[in-house]
Amino acid sequence: MSTNQANFLQSSLGKKLIMGLTGLFLISFLVVHAFINSLIFFNDGGVLFNEGSEFMAHNPVIRVIEIVLFIGIILHIVQALILTLQNNKARPVKYAVNNGKANSKWYSRSMGLLGTLLLIFLIIHLKHFWVVSRFTDEITSGEETMYGEMKEVFENPLIVITYVLGVISLGYHLLHGFQSAFQTLGLNHPKYTPFIKALGFWFSIIISLVFAAMPIALYMGWVK
Amino acid sequence: MSGNMNLTLRIWRQKSAKANGQLVTYPVKGISPDMSFLEMFDVLNEELINKGEEPIAFDHDCREGICGACSMFINGQPHGPKKGVTTCQLHMRSFKDGDTIVVEPWRAAAFPVIKDLTVDRAAFDRIIAKGGFISVNTGNAQDANNIPIPKTDADLSFNAAACIGCGACVATCKNSSAMLFVSAKISQLALLPQGQVERIARAKNMVAQMDEEGFGSCTNTGACEVECPKEISLENIARMNREYFMANIKE
Repeated sequence: MSTNQANFLQSSLGKKLIMGLTGLFLISFLVVHAFINSLIFFNDGGVLFNEGSEFMAHNPVIRVIEIVLFIGIILHIVQALILTLQNNKARPVKYAVNNGKANSKWYSRSMGLLGTLLLIFLIIHLKHFWVVSRFTDEITSGEETMYGEMKEVFENPLIVITYVLGVISLGYHLLHGFQSAFQTLGLNHPKYTPFIKALGFWFSIIISLVFAAMPIALYMGWVK
Repeated sequence: MSGNMNLTLRIWRQKSAKANGQLVTYPVKGISPDMSFLEMFDVLNEELINKGEEPIAFDHDCREGICGACSMFINGQPHGPKKGVTTCQLHMRSFKDGDTIVVEPWRAAAFPVIKDLTVDRAAFDRIIAKGGFISVNTGNAQDANNIPIPKTDADLSFNAAACIGCGACVATCKNSSAMLFVSAKISQLALLPQGQVERIARAKNMVAQMDEEGFGSCTNTGACEVECPKEISLENIARMNREYFMANIKE
């Protein structure tokens, strides 16, 4: 890597670019994840959903993308940590009175907190499903299906509540993050920015509702 | 006089850059609602001087909202609660009789306190020195229509050039980021033909100096745009990002 590129990646704008790009990449993953999981709403006892998860588990292309996905998540977290530490250093003495709500939304100022909650949720979520499907032979042996695993996990109301809270954190994180990523990439235009903002708003709400509907529907027995 | 206000001020007092500071309470009486915020400070300072106390140091110059000297973080907002004004344009009628008003200096590592409410904003000057100019031969002014410029570009450039460099964007930003300021200074020149020669170096050098001064980085909360007395648009930050990315691709 030339010094020029190294300087670029170490600059404030270079780090922000990585945040924006990885953020948008993770959003694209959410779309795929939501689509596959929505197969449970066919209410066919999880047949289609199991086929979908089987495909995702054994397709070599998906296996490679999974590695890229984890790199994306780690990059997003590491850059966020570096930027947050730098930003904290930029104001060593805090204000006695700071009226943040007069000029910005609380969730736009709380991306670090929301992201941390998301990370905690992600670890719980990976333990429930990803670890079981990859590192145990429960599913490959045919002893258990992914759908059966899902039903079992969401029998516990505390887990359902944890998932709903995780999804709420996701919704607010996206509410700011979606349009913020475009601004960081320099994509701000008087004609298109209102469209991007509206798209980000509805995307955040709809994707959160779809994800929240899964544990709730399974717990309430709306899907069998 | 009837209609005058009595207020309680809590003001940051700090003897020098190195000394520890604290909020000190001062009651002020008989303040006219038509006074500007700075005139109210003049009244308080006169009282302090008459009592033989040290007056409060604060920045001010033109007192008509165009120089960018006055600062003050008033009740948690730079230049106080009104939109699109500097502190000298803020009037006491924006407050109620009996109010407590907390006044603090700009808080940022890159803006160290000099004394009381005055901070050193030379970091902005050093950023400007890295590229906030165009190199031209001096002489007679060129004929106005020699270089045609689209009206929309001229307007965008002019709106960016309205930045007075007061530092309210840094003061209000949760990250103490100077990106609204730097982006306005990059934009006003990048939008005009006269700014093209030094365009690539300007974006790179000004951003590098901004980072070196220890300003934080933007998280797009949009607080700066709301608090800016000249209402500089966030579009400028996106333009700066484009300028910087393109400069790095080209060179």
